Amino acid sequence: MITRGFTGRNLGRDQSDRIPPGQHLVEHFPVLTAGPTPRVQTADWKFTLKIGSKAIRVWNWREFNALPKTKMTRDIHCVTSWSKLNTAWEGVIVDDILADAGVEGPTDFVLAHCYDGYSTNVPLSDLSSGKAMIALSYEGQPIPRDHGGPARLLVPHLYFWKSAKWVNGLQFTESDELGFWELRGYHKYGDPWREQRYAND
Amino acid sequence: MTEAGARSASWQTCAIAEIIQQTPSIKSYFLRLSEPFAHTAGQHVDVRLTASDGYVAMRSYSIASAPSASSVIELTIERLPDGEVSPFFHDIAAVGDEIELRGPFGRHFVWPERATGPILLIGAGSGVVPLMAMIRQRRVLSQTVATALLLSTRTRRDVLFADELLASEMADPKFMLALAITRERAERASDFARRIDSAMVADLVARLPSMPTHVFVCGSNPFVNVASDATVMAGLGAAVIKTERYGG
Repeated sequence: MITRGFTGRNLGRDQSDRIPPGQHLVEHFPVLTAGPTPRVQTADWKFTLKIGSKAIRVWNWREFNALPKTKMTRDIHCVTSWSKLNTAWEGVIVDDILADAGVEGPTDFVLAHCYDGYSTNVPLSDLSSGKAMIALSYEGQPIPRDHGGPARLLVPHLYFWKSAKWVNGLQFTESDELGFWELRGYHKYGDPWREQRYAND
Repeated sequence: MTEAGARSASWQTCAIAEIIQQTPSIKSYFLRLSEPFAHTAGQHVDVRLTASDGYVAMRSYSIASAPSASSVIELTIERLPDGEVSPFFHDIAAVGDEIELRGPFGRHFVWPERATGPILLIGAGSGVVPLMAMIRQRRVLSQTVATALLLSTRTRRDVLFADELLASEMADPKFMLALAITRERAERASDFARRIDSAMVADLVARLPSMPTHVFVCGSNPFVNVASDATVMAGLGAAVIKTERYGG
């Protein structure tokens, strides 16, 4: 249905092959969070890898930063309809975390957990093969607290609520257990190119 | 909850039944749904606009109205000078125009079905919209849970729903209203003439019969950060604080 009198802005139309349906380009970096912004000190920071309820490996900030680093520049897409192009991150890809722990793929499903109690589910196949990282810097600087610093998950090919802020662990689960927003009506997978915004999209 | 999503997730066409100028920069749009739905206060809808060349713009807007048997919902939209969709609503949309929307969505920032204790609402500017829906739902359902609203704006004329909020406070001893006006004097003894801080939140908490067990904070990201930090400093646990940040 054409909306009478609506023309829209031209911003980003020449890059429409990079902007999924229903999204619009932004230059700034909006912040959306379900609760207060936590304060996480790197001195206290720990990252835990679990299989089910069993912790397999725990890294502190120094140990985690000693893992191989990878750079990723990607377009990101938020379910609230903004997209931002060419965001530059550096961190540890999930493959390197699993390799350091001597774990391959005990199950096909992963829940990411965070300092503020947030969680989100992502299939292992969307985290491995260099597709995702625990990001430790953004645009060459430590990640600002508002954007999930000191560390956030980055799964840039899915809606950005999957890229959990203030991440502190990954947990392999037997089945695809839903995370925070996925339990509250959002799509369990969240592919922006298929507009999987809400549960039944 | 996914069932509610399943029933309501398809796009529908609705007609603008009425437009009301609320403040210099904020208007309410009363939309008649073709497929009426029941929402919970705090939920939002997605609005979709389509240009003649096929370009589509989508935005989420909180519902300002309480759930009701009526097929009309109220969206209250602030005109953002560099926006794409809000200037269309303010400058072009007219009564009778058709708009596509779907919803309701959101199961986090919503009025509790059964409150376990007093409720503290904190908003700034148009951030009061989902909080107003909560205050209206509380009133419509004749709920008596003690509820306080701390609302920050620059001037008194920027206070959205001012008449209704003042009337609610007069009519209901269990509803408390405090305005934090940042660029003018406070007129009422219960109001403040400064930016929100932890002393102010503590003052509001003290007006409630016991510590709030639900806190809802809505506004811009900088405001929500200041307000939620102030709430934590006033002694409330982060786990009881739900936030919604505008500007996405």
